[in-house]
Amino acid sequence: MTAPEIESNGLSRSQLTRSTAIWPLFALGALLLLNAFALPSFFELEFLDGNLYGSLVDVLNRSSIGVVLAVGMTLVIATGGVDLSVGSVLAITGTVAATLMAKTELGVTTAVLISIAVAMLAGALNGLLVTSLKIEPVIATLVLMVSGRGIAKYIAGEQVISVPRDEAFAAFDWIGNGHLFGLPVPTLLALSLALVTFFVVRKTSIGLLIESVGGNAAASRATGINDRMVKLFVYVFAAFCAGVAGLIDTAYINASDPVNAGVFTELDAIFAVLVGGTALTGGRFSLTGSIVGAILLQTLLTTMYAYGVASDVAPVPKAGVILIVCLLQSTKVRTWFRKRARGQQGNPATAFSSPADSSSEEAS
Amino acid sequence: MAPLLSIRSLEKRFPGVIALAGVDFELQRGEVHALMGENGAGKSTLIKVLTGVHARDGGIVELDGVSIKASSPRHAESLGISTVYQEVNLVPQLSVAENISLGRQPRRWGLISWRRLAQKADTALKQLGLSLDVRRPLSSYSIAIQQLVAIARAIDIDAKMLILDEPTSSLDQQEVELLFSVMNRLRDQGMGIVFVTHFLDQVYEISDRITVLRSGVNVGTAATGNMDRLGLIQRMLGAKWSADTVEGQTRPEKSLDDKLIVLQTRQLGRRGSIEPFDLQIREGEVIGLAGLLGSGRTELVRLLFGLNSASTGTLEVDGQPVSRWSPRKAIDAGFAFCPEDRKREGLVEQLTVRENILLAMQAARSVGSPVPLRRQLEISRTYVDQLNIKTPGVHTRTATLSGGNQQKVLLARWLATKPRLLILDEPTRGIDIGTKAEIEALICELSAAGLAVVLISSELEDLVRCCDRVVVLRDRHVVGEVTGDELNQRCMMEMLAHHDGT
Repeated sequence: MTAPEIESNGLSRSQLTRSTAIWPLFALGALLLLNAFALPSFFELEFLDGNLYGSLVDVLNRSSIGVVLAVGMTLVIATGGVDLSVGSVLAITGTVAATLMAKTELGVTTAVLISIAVAMLAGALNGLLVTSLKIEPVIATLVLMVSGRGIAKYIAGEQVISVPRDEAFAAFDWIGNGHLFGLPVPTLLALSLALVTFFVVRKTSIGLLIESVGGNAAASRATGINDRMVKLFVYVFAAFCAGVAGLIDTAYINASDPVNAGVFTELDAIFAVLVGGTALTGGRFSLTGSIVGAILLQTLLTTMYAYGVASDVAPVPKAGVILIVCLLQSTKVRTWFRKRARGQQGNPATAFSSPADSSSEEAS
Repeated sequence: MAPLLSIRSLEKRFPGVIALAGVDFELQRGEVHALMGENGAGKSTLIKVLTGVHARDGGIVELDGVSIKASSPRHAESLGISTVYQEVNLVPQLSVAENISLGRQPRRWGLISWRRLAQKADTALKQLGLSLDVRRPLSSYSIAIQQLVAIARAIDIDAKMLILDEPTSSLDQQEVELLFSVMNRLRDQGMGIVFVTHFLDQVYEISDRITVLRSGVNVGTAATGNMDRLGLIQRMLGAKWSADTVEGQTRPEKSLDDKLIVLQTRQLGRRGSIEPFDLQIREGEVIGLAGLLGSGRTELVRLLFGLNSASTGTLEVDGQPVSRWSPRKAIDAGFAFCPEDRKREGLVEQLTVRENILLAMQAARSVGSPVPLRRQLEISRTYVDQLNIKTPGVHTRTATLSGGNQQKVLLARWLATKPRLLILDEPTRGIDIGTKAEIEALICELSAAGLAVVLISSELEDLVRCCDRVVVLRDRHVVGEVTGDELNQRCMMEMLAHHDGT
């Protein structure tokens, strides 16, 4: 929502460095640049049967679950909360969908709708624990994080449920493995979810209300905002996103594994949001930043696999990159860099950059 | 005998503010000395300089005839100056004994000696005439007992003097008695006690001498018997008058009798915060609430706006009793409330001027129908101009604005909702004189257009200038009302000072 009065005639340097999405974008660019030299094959793309293939497409495809979860997580974190249960909700949704298709007469559409409804119910439970019982979000969602996987196992009868390889379920397979306009369906699903969220959040007042509640809940209440409804909404929405992610995950392998599906994805989602510049304390949020953050994490992982790093070791460099991006965003570190830069150049102009100027951040 | 503590021409400056402008203060051994003053008088700054939280900019502080300069609260404690704050800052999860010795546990061979820890705590509490199970967690005791434990901890470090910063504000009558008996005991043992409170009755009950601060200077020290309530309040509020001067300018007499009653309360009250009161507000009327800090002014308006729920009585809007009153319903009924604490319950500082101004209006609409951006800009720019809000633009974060401009943003937020009743809690505190005049002019203008206003101010002259009627509160009671010729500072002060409503 760049205001019309601020005609952007090129962002100034200070505006750029202050924008939240810029650092993960910068890190992503650096990573791709590195790959361009070291791994030229990373950029190879080819058309097969009208569909696009290659490492880049693969990264986008595989980051779709991360993006979907990060979108939901962003809104929760913006209210000052956090949702640790999304990984478990992902597993529950996938299991419900797979079980319904494998063991009942229901069709794909019904199964999908029911499993999404189950996910949203789980989100409502989180939301009610946080709003009505005033339980700290970490604890409230930890309950479902821990018990959710047990629920999923119970539904599945402690086993992996395969979706029948059958014409009737081709539509479900398409969710995870299909192509549309040459691109993988999961990528398109994730991007459309992100776009729709972006527009709903900015074209209705829900975005403002979320930022207001996260910025100052007491003031929001005194201004007549129903902060409980706002919080309830974000938890239901995050669970809805987890549900979508669960469907993608299950459709991708045409089976649901209640034990391994979505393990640690809640932490990746939180990382993506933080790397994207939304503070855990709530308030201002950046959906763009979170999406870039999620893609960055996947790019990193894929890059490491391409370099032959064992998957057991991969989290270590990942943690390193996260640390660097977070440091770049810290005001302290930035001030330090700015001071150094000023000291070396002796350029007083940067000293006049108004701290009040926040217009660039509104654009996110 | 030389005084225990002697402060001479103490100065403390903050950027743009002189908090202490040469304060003199003396504390004797075996004396309870009440330190009085309204917000911003310099009480807390004085205490913070004494306890080493702030460094002083000038002046002399002598304890027992020795010049001292505390560099930290810990240093101050080691010098013999102990402080107990309003919010007990102990660790509720730890036992009473652990709290008393926290940071200086008796050790034996490098390990904590639990037996001696308990003994020490027992001894410290006995000194205060208390006997508690010192092994129980602090949180299992009432706030009053916790307060006393904090005192026990404070004097356990060989304190020469004790500062009690509003220790009684969350205590009930019995608990206050208990605290006072402990204070008496300490006084008899020769301890010097500085007692900060805003309850006048307590000052007259316990203190030997009173010192009043106003605007960073000592405006009077006297034995309690030689300073009556009126004199005390007069000094605190800094009003001067002589019997024959006519105060204030003559306000045009408004005839309000034919105006609609917007709001009426019948024995509305909330246990422990404000005693039941009756209040009637008509369209176009400006009602002032006068009272010292802690008199229940803020508590009263919080009930009106539904921020707190009432425990007794009814509230009627347009003659209809309301149920389950809340800010949401109050706003729908056309109420607006600018709180005293702008940062806590007012602004969302991360948001921009535009967003803050639009917040109440937007909250009243459905989520799906946001105010169009063009209209948002129009509204926010209109108010920025009308209220003369000094900001680089409507896209500036409110966190970066000055206090006066933040206040105006808040006002703009409510004016944008076109309210019928505007409640202003200390709207002019901490803002410059020009802005203050602007806000007062605005209040007059709006009330002439039919807006009902409830105005809280510590400055009685402001109330005289702006209000049609002033309701006076004391110790959580509505004690009276002044209008017409009686609406002057003297009448209000007499009501504020009066004891037991006689």
